[in-house]
Amino acid sequence: MPQDANNVIDHFELFRGPEYQEMLARKREQFENPVDPTELARVREWTKTEEYKELNFARDSLTVNPAKACQPLGAVFVAVGFESTIPFVHGSQGCVAYYRSHFSRHFKEPTSCVSSSMTEDAAVFGGLNNMVDGLANTLSMYKPKMIAVSTTCMAEVIGDDLNAFIKTAKEKGSVPDDFDVPFAHTPAFVGSHITGYDNAMKGILEHFWDGKAKTVDALVRVPNGKINFLGGFDGYTVGNLREVKRIFELMKVEYTILGDTSDVWDTPTDGQFRMYDGGTTLEDAANAVHAAATISMQEYCTEKTLPMIAAHGQETVALNHPIGVEGTDRFIMEVARLAGVEIPEALAMERGRLVDAIADSNSHIHGKKFAIYGDPDLCFGLASFLLELGAEPVHVLATNGSKGWAKKMQALFDSSPFGANCKAYPGKDLWHMRSLLFTSPVDFLIGNTYGKYLERDTGTPLIRIGFPIFDRHHKHRYPVWGYQGGLNVLVTILDRIFEHMDATTNVPAKTDYSYDIIR
Amino acid sequence: MSVSTEPDIAEVKERNRQLIQDVLDVYPEKTAKRRAKHLNVHEEGNSDCGVKSNIKSIPGVMTIRGCAYAGSKGVVWGPIKDMIHISHGPVGCGQYSWAARRNYYIGTTGIDTFVTMQFTSDFQEKDIVFGGDKKLAKIMDEIEQLFPLNKGITVQSECPIGLIGDDIEAVSKLKSKEYGGKTIVPVRCEGFRGVSQSLGHHIANDAVRDFVFDKMEDKPATFDPSPYDVAIIGDYNIGGDAWSSRILLEEMGLRVIAQWSGDGSIAELEATPKAKLNVLHCYRSMNYISRHMEEKYGIPWVEYNFFGPSKIEESLRKIASYFDDKIKEGAEAVIAKYKPLMQAVIDRYRPRLAGKTVMLYVGGLRPRHVIGAYEDLGMNVIGTGYEFGHNDDYQRTAQHYIKDGTLIYDDVTGYEFEKFVEKIQPDLVGSGIKEKYVFQKMGVPFRQMHSWDYSGPYHGYDGFAIFARDMDMAINAPIWKMTPTPWKQEPDYMAIAAE
Repeated sequence: MPQDANNVIDHFELFRGPEYQEMLARKREQFENPVDPTELARVREWTKTEEYKELNFARDSLTVNPAKACQPLGAVFVAVGFESTIPFVHGSQGCVAYYRSHFSRHFKEPTSCVSSSMTEDAAVFGGLNNMVDGLANTLSMYKPKMIAVSTTCMAEVIGDDLNAFIKTAKEKGSVPDDFDVPFAHTPAFVGSHITGYDNAMKGILEHFWDGKAKTVDALVRVPNGKINFLGGFDGYTVGNLREVKRIFELMKVEYTILGDTSDVWDTPTDGQFRMYDGGTTLEDAANAVHAAATISMQEYCTEKTLPMIAAHGQETVALNHPIGVEGTDRFIMEVARLAGVEIPEALAMERGRLVDAIADSNSHIHGKKFAIYGDPDLCFGLASFLLELGAEPVHVLATNGSKGWAKKMQALFDSSPFGANCKAYPGKDLWHMRSLLFTSPVDFLIGNTYGKYLERDTGTPLIRIGFPIFDRHHKHRYPVWGYQGGLNVLVTILDRIFEHMDATTNVPAKTDYSYDIIR
Repeated sequence: MSVSTEPDIAEVKERNRQLIQDVLDVYPEKTAKRRAKHLNVHEEGNSDCGVKSNIKSIPGVMTIRGCAYAGSKGVVWGPIKDMIHISHGPVGCGQYSWAARRNYYIGTTGIDTFVTMQFTSDFQEKDIVFGGDKKLAKIMDEIEQLFPLNKGITVQSECPIGLIGDDIEAVSKLKSKEYGGKTIVPVRCEGFRGVSQSLGHHIANDAVRDFVFDKMEDKPATFDPSPYDVAIIGDYNIGGDAWSSRILLEEMGLRVIAQWSGDGSIAELEATPKAKLNVLHCYRSMNYISRHMEEKYGIPWVEYNFFGPSKIEESLRKIASYFDDKIKEGAEAVIAKYKPLMQAVIDRYRPRLAGKTVMLYVGGLRPRHVIGAYEDLGMNVIGTGYEFGHNDDYQRTAQHYIKDGTLIYDDVTGYEFEKFVEKIQPDLVGSGIKEKYVFQKMGVPFRQMHSWDYSGPYHGYDGFAIFARDMDMAINAPIWKMTPTPWKQEPDYMAIAAE
């Protein structure tokens, strides 16, 4: 019996002893009709070949292990970033259970969100009653200042009209006439979670700026000197937004973070559950129309939002998840230009420290080959940083990346001698990446938690940067933006490289001459 | 925090009734009327818990429930390891449930087993407009080419499939024929069907009946039958639960010919009609197929409970009662073998846990099944409820598990659960990931009782030791003493610090 009350063992060790191993072998042999081991080995090896890669890249219908989620997830991300706002997803309720779980597994925080719980009868008759009852219930129980509505694919397929439904619900007294219920149609079969971010952000801003679905006059823009900031869908939102605020304050820029999730996904454990915390105030969201300019950290998260803002008369700037020296330089200088402020010496010092750190360490990264996957902007930011470090981002894959994104990536590769052998893969998934890692191996892989399956199968060491990160804790609290964020990314990459060096040089009397104490 | 002395039961009941009234007062009238039927204070001797169940959730209340797809793909079918389960529809459903349920299995993932992979048809607008059947057929071809060792395919329908009129049955039939009778199972588990995961379980069970059993009736068994053949039904091998259960059944002399569905294979599903007895752990999700096998093949089934030594002992004897003396003696030998281990676990952990109170809210089985394990450690479950239980679950709960005055909450809303826990201040809450951080923020220790909080197994004797360790580490973690901010507790801190 392997178990011991004084040294309790769980799944990590329990099943490794002979009792369980023999039991599992018997199960396999007698009852599972297992694949012949030779055949298993043959197929496993075949999946590593160029021939398999070609078949794999030829598929046009099946998706295996994609690196993207669906629109409403992005809409929920946006909604929780506004003051006392509850996301309300109109459609099937299971979806909401999934979004909440997904965010909680990443942030290790509660995520509040309600569903209109549509079922078969609503599929037949439409979900109007669900909207009418749902809004009233949500308001009475959770006392939000705003309810931000989005849709699941069910409501989209049956064609529910949010604008009309919300209007009717107000007429029926579900919520007061002047209660803010912005909305966005977020069909799961179009785009991905970053599209949902875009639609929901646009929906909220239009609600406040353009007359609240024709219930009040549209705001008349009176330009001021403020800067609006859009972070985009970002797994590091807590650390990043705090860092961005610190930078803005150093620069004495007047700013509005549109969708500030840094508090609601980082509430203290002090005996009180805060369903809402922080967030962009509704007043600030409305007044954001008057800003001089809006800067977006993620172009592909704001493809519709930015043009809408530009149409209101503001200058807009779209960046691509800037990470590292030059990306941050551009961010800082754009902010300074847009706000008409001087860049303080403190930031020059921070920049110098990041350059210093890279100078100290880049010899360990220079010339190394990397594969990257993630959202399109994150891929761009990481690839730019790797090029700065003298590394080669050989395979860069975004399941939700467009052809335009791939072109932009190629232009980036073309701008650096280290980009010569690099290629972008739009619309591909992690099973494609598996083939790439076998046929054109790299030294390190950068991706989210699901990259660990690629690490297991191909032996490529994984550096966890992206969303979701389920199996490492608290990474979202550390910024990847700003010079400080660049330092964090640098250290994350270096740590994995050093760990890998040690793990591959520690065989006594064989390889441990390179098991150096100073690196 | 509650104290370990016996509280006055009349007071507890009165408090609980008041709590129910307090939350109902917040709702609009219609909602209050509906929710009132799902909340109750248990009266000893009643044959059920006095709540309505398995009815639609109310819009906008923050139900914790999921959907039929979650019940079929996430629970019943997903763990069958050598088949490929296509999440058919948009990308999200498969993405959010990808490898999240910890259904352990042995196999070479991507080659002969596929559980922790996400196969999706990733529906685009054109698939909605023009239908997805052609794409589905092409997907099956691509699966056959790229994953040649798969032993079958299931089509797990997401919401749009049933709304756009796709004929996944026809595609599956055609492709099955084309691939020489390969098992291809269309499952109509669209998320809008039913009121929770529960209908998804039922639909998935029916799909096994229609597309596995009915297809293989003439196939002979691939093994020599024995009089001691049993199948484990309704164990999803979360953290290895089915393994730490199987070992006990084998030790008592039985032969486990199939696991449903944790670490299960299509061959095991097909073998099950040859079993002499089906042993059923998760009644809620797999009673349907057990009843079917009883009616069609004459296989009796018995519910069992492998949480905590008291229930394990009772269950081993109950299972043995279906067999001859050899097995009955085997059960006694197993009970005797593990008694010293169980005593050692209880000796170590009971003093640290006795008198502690627990509130549960889980799916369809554990809100009752784990109560015995807590009681073995001297703990009291003072509130419980099901996400998707039916009346027969509440009957079993009332008749075999809970104490007088227990607070019952069916399909609890986020608001109700928060208010109940805030007021009652139990020593532990056991529920899911969406609830975990809410209660920890409140300073209340918590364990996830769906995923075992990434620990486990909790089933069987080996599992109970882990369960006890985990409950102790949750409740007695030093951090819970530090949740109040000290200077807010002691306004005169300046003066005190100066002393």
